[in-house]
Amino acid sequence: MPYHASGGSIPGAPSQSDSQRVTPPFGQVTAGKAILTPADVARVVDRIAHQILEKTSGAVDAVLLGIPTRGVPLARRLAARIHAFEGVDVPVGVLDITLYRDDLRLRGARAIGHTEVPASGLDARRVILVDDVLFSGRTARAALDALQDLGRPKAVQLAVLVDRGHRELPIRADYVGKNIPTSLDESVRVLVAETDGADGVVLYGERS
Amino acid sequence: MIRHLLSAADLDAQTATGILDTAAELASLSGREVKKLPTLRGRTVVNLFYEDSTRTRMSFEAAAKRLSADVINFSARGSSVSKGESLKDTALTLQAMGADAVIVRHWASGAPHRLASWIDGHVINAGDGTHEHPTQALLDAYTMRERLGCLAGLQVAIVGDVLHSRVAGSNVRLLAALGARVTLVGPPTLIPLGITQALGGDLRTSYDLDAVLPDTDVVMMLRVQRERMTKAFFPSPREYARAYGLDGARMRRLPEHAIIMHPGPMNRGMEIAPEVADSARSTVVEQVTNGVSVRMAVLYLLLGGSAK
Repeated sequence: MPYHASGGSIPGAPSQSDSQRVTPPFGQVTAGKAILTPADVARVVDRIAHQILEKTSGAVDAVLLGIPTRGVPLARRLAARIHAFEGVDVPVGVLDITLYRDDLRLRGARAIGHTEVPASGLDARRVILVDDVLFSGRTARAALDALQDLGRPKAVQLAVLVDRGHRELPIRADYVGKNIPTSLDESVRVLVAETDGADGVVLYGERS
Repeated sequence: MIRHLLSAADLDAQTATGILDTAAELASLSGREVKKLPTLRGRTVVNLFYEDSTRTRMSFEAAAKRLSADVINFSARGSSVSKGESLKDTALTLQAMGADAVIVRHWASGAPHRLASWIDGHVINAGDGTHEHPTQALLDAYTMRERLGCLAGLQVAIVGDVLHSRVAGSNVRLLAALGARVTLVGPPTLIPLGITQALGGDLRTSYDLDAVLPDTDVVMMLRVQRERMTKAFFPSPREYARAYGLDGARMRRLPEHAIIMHPGPMNRGMEIAPEVADSARSTVVEQVTNGVSVRMAVLYLLLGGSAK
């Protein structure tokens, strides 16, 4: 059984949505293993942008919704890359899922983030949810519930920078930046320049 | 987060600001087509009202329902209270029914504190006697912040029946924590002697409304509570209205940006003239809207995370 985050955050290692529950206790996180460098992250984002263009026939009816915290800058970057490649402007929004989480009772009430639906709305759009790490799938489940209260998209897809496995729900991503096989003792952190100063993906935990 | 919300004095600046920020996020939901959130699904919230109330009870009920909690309404009238059941026995009944939160309004000051010692659920004070009404103070602070930007340094005049007002009691305590400067204004019979020493801080009192108005950012008019007045506190309603009622002429003495608040229900023509109550500076209706968001925030923060 992985230990639940006890409210303490680790200095220097930013907290991150899906893998937070296996945050190792203080002191253990000294050396992390870099999985992706800043250049790798840029390449992966470019590839996902191309895949979105391909799978959505030019992304004309697409809307990118970032899931806080790190899904938001990733969604903005994907939109910027799609614009750079094909000149299509994809609306970007923010979908906060705090109030839809299924673990609120276990983990304590947390601050609510800001949800921002683009002016285009979501009805009859192809909504692409963007998150940093896909782990248990519970965040994606909560996002689907939240989406249902905001409109009726034509289709919903999921894009993640890292898939670390250990799904607890029947959910899969449509676009995956990198598959990283992990054990439950490990934790994966995605760093983005906007909030962390530099891009990267780092693996922490037992095996490193 | 605190376990119960019994007094505004339990809230420090950080907790109170956290509630207001949460309320601001929740307020954006009222513009959505689907206003309901699944957050408190399966939780039971009891409205335990020993005193009449329209807006507070409805506001709490709307807030709880928007968060998908189940709401049980209890009013003393038409219940076993009229057969002589004590507060404690009623509390134990609610406990046995598995109430996750009890929102209590009682004519006795301190009743919510006693209640909190008898039951396991969260207790929210929705007004106790002449003591406190913390969610009203929170929604007032929210309204001030929304209209005027920030609370620190605001000059707030609370005018009228301070002696019997739990709204004043909670506002004084909360505004002190949030850095606003409060002046209590009213006839000497309705301003408790020694209140500035008792509550400390920056609190001031005045018996002269006209002198206070030009330097005021927020005027909060209190209802004259005849049901609590057992003695004569002023010679006649007309004389009260002339000395402490807010009419059009007094409103024009306020600075351009100043807002006028009233917790409701209003005695039009007594403490507030219809012309003032219906003016663009009056926030009476906004206060009701904001009340739902603030109470949602309180319910979410108290109940949302508790592993019971």
